[in-house]
Amino acid sequence: MITSSSSAADRNDVREFDVRVLRQDGPAQVSYWEQHRVAHEPDMNCISVLQKIAEKATTADGRKVAPVVWDCNCLEEVCGACTMVINGRVRQACTALVDKLLAERPGEIELRPMTKFPVIRDLMVDRQRIFDSLMKVSAWVPVDSYHHLGPGLRQSQESQQLAYLYSKCMSCGCCLEACPQYLKIEVACRDGDTPEEFRTRQREAHDRGFMGAHAIAQVELFNSNPIGAMNASERLDALTSEGGIQICGNAQNCVKVCPKEIPLTWAIARAGRSATLHTLKKWFDR
Amino acid sequence: MRKRRVVVVGGGLAGLAVAMKLAELDVDVALMSLSKVKRSHSACAQGGINSVNILTRQLGDSEWNHFDDTVYGGDFLAHQPPVKELAYWAPQIIDLMDRLGVTFNRTPEGFRDQRRFGGTLYSRTAFAGATTGQQLLYALDEQVRRWEATGHVTKFEMWDFLGPVLDDRGRCRGCVAQDMVSMKIRAVEADALVLASGGCGAIFGRSTNSIACNGSAVSRVFQAGVHYANGEFIQVHPTAIPGADKLRLISESARGEGGRVWVPRTPQDPRPPGEIPEKERFYFLEHRYPTYGNLVPRDIATREVFNVCVKEHLSVDSERMCVYLDVSHLPRELLDRKLAGILEIYEKFQGVDPRRTAMKIFPAVHYTMGGLWCDYERTAEGGLAIGSPRNQQTNVSGIFAIGECDYHFHGANRLGANSLVACVFSGLTAAPGVANYVNHLPRHPADEERRSLFEGSQRRHEARYKAMLARPEGGPNPYRLHARLGELMTRVATAIRHNPELEAAYAEVCEMEEQARRASLSDRGDWANQNAVFARALEDMFPLAKTILRGALARDECRGAHYKPEFTMPQVDADDPAERRRQAEIWCQRFEENNRKWLKSTVARLSSDGEPQLSYEEVDTTLIPPRPRLYGVVGGELIEEAWNSRQATATAQERS
Repeated sequence: MITSSSSAADRNDVREFDVRVLRQDGPAQVSYWEQHRVAHEPDMNCISVLQKIAEKATTADGRKVAPVVWDCNCLEEVCGACTMVINGRVRQACTALVDKLLAERPGEIELRPMTKFPVIRDLMVDRQRIFDSLMKVSAWVPVDSYHHLGPGLRQSQESQQLAYLYSKCMSCGCCLEACPQYLKIEVACRDGDTPEEFRTRQREAHDRGFMGAHAIAQVELFNSNPIGAMNASERLDALTSEGGIQICGNAQNCVKVCPKEIPLTWAIARAGRSATLHTLKKWFDR
Repeated sequence: MRKRRVVVVGGGLAGLAVAMKLAELDVDVALMSLSKVKRSHSACAQGGINSVNILTRQLGDSEWNHFDDTVYGGDFLAHQPPVKELAYWAPQIIDLMDRLGVTFNRTPEGFRDQRRFGGTLYSRTAFAGATTGQQLLYALDEQVRRWEATGHVTKFEMWDFLGPVLDDRGRCRGCVAQDMVSMKIRAVEADALVLASGGCGAIFGRSTNSIACNGSAVSRVFQAGVHYANGEFIQVHPTAIPGADKLRLISESARGEGGRVWVPRTPQDPRPPGEIPEKERFYFLEHRYPTYGNLVPRDIATREVFNVCVKEHLSVDSERMCVYLDVSHLPRELLDRKLAGILEIYEKFQGVDPRRTAMKIFPAVHYTMGGLWCDYERTAEGGLAIGSPRNQQTNVSGIFAIGECDYHFHGANRLGANSLVACVFSGLTAAPGVANYVNHLPRHPADEERRSLFEGSQRRHEARYKAMLARPEGGPNPYRLHARLGELMTRVATAIRHNPELEAAYAEVCEMEEQARRASLSDRGDWANQNAVFARALEDMFPLAKTILRGALARDECRGAHYKPEFTMPQVDADDPAERRRQAEIWCQRFEENNRKWLKSTVARLSSDGEPQLSYEEVDTTLIPPRPRLYGVVGGELIEEAWNSRQATATAQERS
């Protein structure tokens, strides 16, 4: 397949290129840069680059090292796992095509882990906080049961189209990486912690931190669902609690980096309005 | 009494469905997965989910027709009662998913929209853009999070299932698993184990499957004594984009919405596809299958694509085999509203806009029809006795299998948009049976006995892991070995199979298996060691690879996805009508003889020396009698005529 970017790479006659990886052996350890050299092949993306690095497990200067650790699964940008910072921009490794990256910055690709989440190892980070936020805002439709109770309510094409945009969120964390108000929370495992105790402390810490754009958009999604709307106030309570929408500084970075082009700032504006009304209503109802 | 607990391995559609239903039935669930469950492979399913619906019903469709299409599409190899039950549940499942908030596409009046998929003449497929699997997965993920909040579900995400724990009566009491971050190995006690770990595409190297679809969990219960059925039935999807790391699917929905498959009549015509005039294009599927056109079942479409490239030398490119899948003639608004998800994938990875230019595609390994053998309880009407612990239970007491990793529903070939419904169905309907099973278990053995059982299992797995880390340097590279295995399996065991090649491949795979056991690790650490997890998964691919090859080698016939050119049916192509009629008669005779011999499920068990031993199981075809699978192929009407008159004669003889 000849594309404009690969012909650009062909012109430069790329046979090999360098990959600079910011590595870290474990939580709370010092990170360090490591240089790898990879043979160029057609149709490469950053996943195939990391696969080559794992296979060789040797740096550019010939040192044997452990393979670089990273997270991935679907390789077609629907699972969100392989998010990392590539040439300074947060994105999925699977859709970061080598020829395009080399056309932007010849000779070298730079891979770093996301900075807003604790590093587990190398490019793999712990994004449990994203899922804890989804739990905090009750991002689900609270149906009575899973028995057969007929279809859902009818919906206009327009509202389905908007809901679909929100429901494509794959919890990748790009919007959080780009957000100035979203700060890293790293809970260390204490000696003698049982896994359950650690999780409880971690969840409490996560709940106090800013939930971020993705969770606000999910509130919009479920509050606009005909059945989900029935417990909208529960979600608005969470939205206006500690770590809620009031933290948003309106930098609007989130919407620019979302790989699924979710209208995050639109969601924040709408949710902000509902949150204000909800707070006022609660105040008058006292 | 301690509350009952079930371990579910795999957090895709099937695993999530069984988890939420078990939680509703007040059974605690430990949900184990190689990834965050929201990142499971079900997210990759694009096209939609099938059921008869209010519109198709008015065109003469029914649950029975969905049942019939599925059984016929699967070349009659599926046991019919589970398929029948599935077809009758399908409308309710879509209603449930609708209530759970799945953003199904809508008609202007606000009803769910439907499109047509392969192997049927009805528009039965509900969809949410071209990311239906993702949307269904998310709805169930959300429900399971709800149960996580109440404490009914505990997640073990990024854990590798290492094997079941069986007591001395052979009953499953839990499992051993490894945290893929801390690398700690732990025994998890449970009253039952449900495998929902999906397919094994990784055995073929690159496929349309996700990285986690490595078959390791299935292989580990297979090695512990669970039987594996119909391993040789691997679906090769006709339309995927070749890539260095993965073969990315372009959903059948592209054809369902009017996409057409073609090649230039002039081999390797250098003009861009848009400049090739209509009469110089060869729409080979429409030409050969006038009734179903571009929507013939996948096995047929795949072979036709191979055929047109290999035998007729009409591949679009000369260096890389491919054909055109064209949607550029369809209205842009329709493409954006209904297919955006898949068109974006093509655009992102190939840098070409498929709305303007025909896509270049080629077949790729896609779905595992075979899987762990499991049982079902049939009702007098030919459906399933819901709530029976026999449903989806394997031959090992307390181990159940659901979703892509079981062997039910799809027979020799799966129809498009039937996998999502089968995954949710098997999860939802297995749950009451699993709950009944665990609630009627006898009292637990004494603490001492239990402790020794779990500690023993845990120690065995720890020892295996330590031995792996301690292997000397200089052994085979596991990643290269995997690439070799994938290339070999793709070459000999996909769309077209030959016995001498299968035989040679079996020997080669055995030799590779031995090498995999000696493979050296480049990481010997005890923190997030992906190298060790990969090397272990690779070792566990071989029992399944061998089972696929053995099954394929033994099965001397063509059925669904399994195709051997030496065993094709005779031609019905004589010029003289009487001769043609005679050929059709011979065809029918051959068909009946072949069914007597081969209309059977392959059931493999792994012997202690690691060799799969095959036996054959009768298929329950009592509801829909097997008939020739023709799909309106040109010349098929004569066979159909001959077949119908044979059936009429047979019925008349029975009556008299």
